[in-house]
Amino acid sequence: MSDIRAFEQPGEAGFGDYVQLLKPRVMSLVVFTALVGLLVAPVAVHPVIAFASILFVALGAGASGALNMWWDADIDAVMRRTKGRPVPAGKVEAGEALAVGLALSGLSVVMLGLAANWLAAGLLAFTIFFYAVVYSMWLKRSTPQNIVIGGAAGAFPPMVGWACATGSVSIESLLMFALIFMWTPPHFWALALFMKDDYSKAGVPMLTVTHGRKATRNHILVYTLLLAPVAVGAAFTSIGGPIYLTAAVLLNAWFILGAWRIWRRDEAVAEADSYAVEKSVFRFSLYYLFLHFGAFLAEAALRPYGLGGW
Amino acid sequence: MAAFPPEHELHKRRLGRNVGVGVTLGLFIVLVFALTVVKVTRGDPMQAFDHSVRPEMATEEGQ
Repeated sequence: MSDIRAFEQPGEAGFGDYVQLLKPRVMSLVVFTALVGLLVAPVAVHPVIAFASILFVALGAGASGALNMWWDADIDAVMRRTKGRPVPAGKVEAGEALAVGLALSGLSVVMLGLAANWLAAGLLAFTIFFYAVVYSMWLKRSTPQNIVIGGAAGAFPPMVGWACATGSVSIESLLMFALIFMWTPPHFWALALFMKDDYSKAGVPMLTVTHGRKATRNHILVYTLLLAPVAVGAAFTSIGGPIYLTAAVLLNAWFILGAWRIWRRDEAVAEADSYAVEKSVFRFSLYYLFLHFGAFLAEAALRPYGLGGW
Repeated sequence: MAAFPPEHELHKRRLGRNVGVGVTLGLFIVLVFALTVVKVTRGDPMQAFDHSVRPEMATEEGQ
């Protein structure tokens, strides 16, 4: 029996812990937006190639998640929201996370190139580089604009999906990129307003920590106002249509109203109702993105019946 | 003394991990095979230089 005890590590990882390294919840958003990018493109893709492409995009996103967990293990251990992740919890060693991240990065990019095309693979490689190196290693700890520029990493998947189908970049895929890019800052700053202890404890220069909470409220309102024309403008491209236009107008009006309510409040009022407005706007922002891409999908699905599009 | 000691929890966890890796690799092979079938049956010409003269390729290049 001593032979077993000699090797016993109480925190030894199971298969699920390695899956957790790939941030499955983030991956689900990546899969959805990349799939919409692929399906709304004007070129039909064989179902097997479409499935494989989305799988490798998801794997690439997972790889960048593992690289992020390797690099950020120290701050993940401090923040309440992230201290249960496999590396800070002691289940997976940081070096293993690095190895998984690098191996899956290479595999996903090469396989996407072979399955779809090399433009899509190049965009995926750039996305992984952008998230792991530009965001995680550089911007996250050095500037309060971390969320703004880092948001680009999350905005690439629909562009990659579109490139899988068409082999090109176009105004439609750039607008899908811009939609997520402009949505990310108000989404995360709303979260930062009510998760306030976490980021300051970890020393991450979130806008709430460096410029104060009033400035963050101003920024949320400004970015939400800038987001609206991008979101509504996409309605007038080949992927838009009346369904999308209706959805975009309603969702943006609601989002601007929420941002205005956040802007109008001060800390005393927010503390008094435990950040109820900030929390509800954060939750709504998730539906906001999901419904915009759902509307793109509805337009594409109805087009063969003469109903979608203009 | 019993012939076999009861299975240790550690072995169960390792089995789970090994089965997980095995199933993942198996699915990967199936996917690569499916991709190959799709790409080959779509009819793209798959010939390349292999040290023997094939007039049909030379003609295509000359056109």
